[in-house]
Amino acid sequence: MVVDVVLKPEISDPQGQAVLGALGRLGHGSIASVRQGKHFVLEVDGTPDEAELKQIGETLLANPVIEDVELHLSTD
Amino acid sequence: MRIGVLTFPGSLDDVDAARAVRLAGGEPVALWHADHDLKDVDAVILPGGFSYGDYLRAGAIAARAPLMQDVVARANDGMPVLGICNGFQVLCEAGLLPGALTRNSHLHFRNRDQVLTVERSDTAWTGDYATGQRIVIPVKNGEGRYVAADADLDRLEGEGRVVFRYTDGNPNGSSRDIAGVTSENGRVVGLMPHPEHAVEDLTGPSTDGLGFFTSVLKAAVAA
Repeated sequence: MVVDVVLKPEISDPQGQAVLGALGRLGHGSIASVRQGKHFVLEVDGTPDEAELKQIGETLLANPVIEDVELHLSTD
Repeated sequence: MRIGVLTFPGSLDDVDAARAVRLAGGEPVALWHADHDLKDVDAVILPGGFSYGDYLRAGAIAARAPLMQDVVARANDGMPVLGICNGFQVLCEAGLLPGALTRNSHLHFRNRDQVLTVERSDTAWTGDYATGQRIVIPVKNGEGRYVAADADLDRLEGEGRVVFRYTDGNPNGSSRDIAGVTSENGRVVGLMPHPEHAVEDLTGPSTDGLGFFTSVLKAAVAA
């Protein structure tokens, strides 16, 4: 399973803003905004329990007070 | 009066916290995160540092430590708990306090003596201060910017849950200059600045921090 975590839109992201500033200095003026997040890759033994994976994503990998979480299940 | 100081892998300020308890007249009791043993303490301090190297999010993994389950259960029964810096981050991650601590808005680690205004003098940890009193204690953090949704901040302000506010400058971009908050019952307090580093003239900018540790001795007796 892949879990992507990003700060909620209303929470300011100074790290993303620092990356944006660097991009501007490098001449990439067309980049309008940058949001920095986290990317987790989980390997599951046996059949994944979707409810369990959802709970892991929403209670440990992300803090719902400040972050949004996206879960991507794949079976390859 | 037995005051537990909980050490996680990566805690830094547990020794200073224990020393502050002793100077205030309490008996510090060392607690270890992996035990399920609160050793009959009357209150618990979660010290500053970098538990688990701040991996995942500051305080996130420590908040799920075995002993934290016991701390949460006892806190819900009214045991006083103080979270300092990383300990504040742990309390927010554990759900004992609202909001979250995020990367400082200017991205720099900030280390300086900080003026705070005490807004609540009726919590378990602030009874020896006066409402409106200004104190000077060190602040030192990289992820100390207090945030919550605007509606939640409005609710916290309405309920009088803001205990400390940064004064004469906000070191990390915290919403509404919030430096510390408390639980609904006033027994759990968390703040980013470090009262345990301001308990002796020799090593601190003041002795203003001592009041935390003297206050709880009375609060725990009263409980």
